[in-house]
Amino acid sequence: MKFSVNHPALFILAGVLVAVVLGQSVYFLVKALRRAKQLGMDTAKIRKTIRTAAIFTIAPAVAIVLSVITLSKDLGLALPWLRLSVVGSLSYETVAAGNALSAMDLELGKVSQLTAQQYVNITLVMTVSIMVGIWLVPAISKKLLGGVSKLQQRDAKWTDILSNAMFIGMIAAFLGFVFCDFSRLWSPEAGFSATSGLIPVCVMAVAALVMVLCGALMKLLKWKWLNDYALPISMIAGMASAIPITAWLG
Amino acid sequence: MKKNLSYIDSVHRDGTVWNLGVMALLLLFPVAVALLFSTAPDWGALATGLFATAPMYWATGIIETITFVPMLGAGGSYLSFVTGNISNLKLPCALNALEQNEVSATSEEGEVISTIAIAVSSIVTTVIIVVGVILIVPLQPILQSAVLEPAFAQMLPALFGGLGVAFISKNWKISVAPIALMLVLFIFVPALNAGTVGIMVPFSAVFTIAVARILYKKGVL
Repeated sequence: MKFSVNHPALFILAGVLVAVVLGQSVYFLVKALRRAKQLGMDTAKIRKTIRTAAIFTIAPAVAIVLSVITLSKDLGLALPWLRLSVVGSLSYETVAAGNALSAMDLELGKVSQLTAQQYVNITLVMTVSIMVGIWLVPAISKKLLGGVSKLQQRDAKWTDILSNAMFIGMIAAFLGFVFCDFSRLWSPEAGFSATSGLIPVCVMAVAALVMVLCGALMKLLKWKWLNDYALPISMIAGMASAIPITAWLG
Repeated sequence: MKKNLSYIDSVHRDGTVWNLGVMALLLLFPVAVALLFSTAPDWGALATGLFATAPMYWATGIIETITFVPMLGAGGSYLSFVTGNISNLKLPCALNALEQNEVSATSEEGEVISTIAIAVSSIVTTVIIVVGVILIVPLQPILQSAVLEPAFAQMLPALFGGLGVAFISKNWKISVAPIALMLVLFIFVPALNAGTVGIMVPFSAVFTIAVARILYKKGVL
């Protein structure tokens, strides 16, 4: 069989894997919904959770489609589709594919036609490098969560604070990341304007302001329904504001 | 006699089967490609490629697993580590659901809510990617247009701007120190950027826990 990065057989193989992973998501969703019913959880709240999660996911998922398109120029469509549907993310996959290619004296972004052997090498590097979490979660999560549960019984207040502290730690790291190009203001970088580092900061500020506005509307006008959509609205508003802000500061 | 498993125990059992099954299938993909196209890996280049990539990813993977599992809960962890895009999609989605339902991540209700949010997010993501792959020819010029490109480039600042307000306003006492530290580090250390933010998450989480512990012991929280 003559190899091509967009050979139908590759789509069938990737499709089977994506279908299995989709099956896992459906399985866990049904299992959790059944448990929610057993626990007597409010059905309206569960519906709201499903609706909000679905709406919230749309914009990031479209961004993932963009990543698939970006990687497809070198690797064809089937492999990026698989890698970004199962385990991967653009930053991980780009580095892994780049390292695999460079080991074969090729460069990501400049590949004209891969051979089957090169494709197998790239796939193996991407797969073996990224799969730690898949086997480590079964290996340690029961003990790890058991420890959290024991802590909860010993000191419930501290366990809640600990959980919130972990969330805040993650958010703080990403808020810091928003400022990572801020220093261009006083230390210029070739190919970028001095104010370009302010773009993510302004976008974040717009999203934060919209979130505050949503909160105010919920309180003042008693628009409780807005609670379901506040995060997706603030995210879309922030992303939309990036267009004029980039034109202005970029 | 068949032992009655608790919900959490059954999640761990089923999650183990699913994750190990998916891992085997993932590894079978390159094997199947090699068999179908009658080729074998270039072992030397494979070793070089793996040596350049795997140690860093394995170290990050171990740290991410230890950090994210307590936040995602059992069901959410099994799903998230298979479907990927954790810090930019699955975890914020779970956080938002927990916050809206006013349940703790460590309670059983929190476990259920987190699993539902992550499962729905995974299904929607998979479907959107499938649609994107099918419609790539008409979609490509739109998604990659010069007008929309800045919007997608700034997705993370837009996401964490909103999420930050929701969480920091409720936990401002423990938020001040880690945010100040992260701002200083990301502004003044050039090595810290989009590629290294994942490594900084566990560091920031440990720092925030230490700050929270001190404030808790002093009776501030």
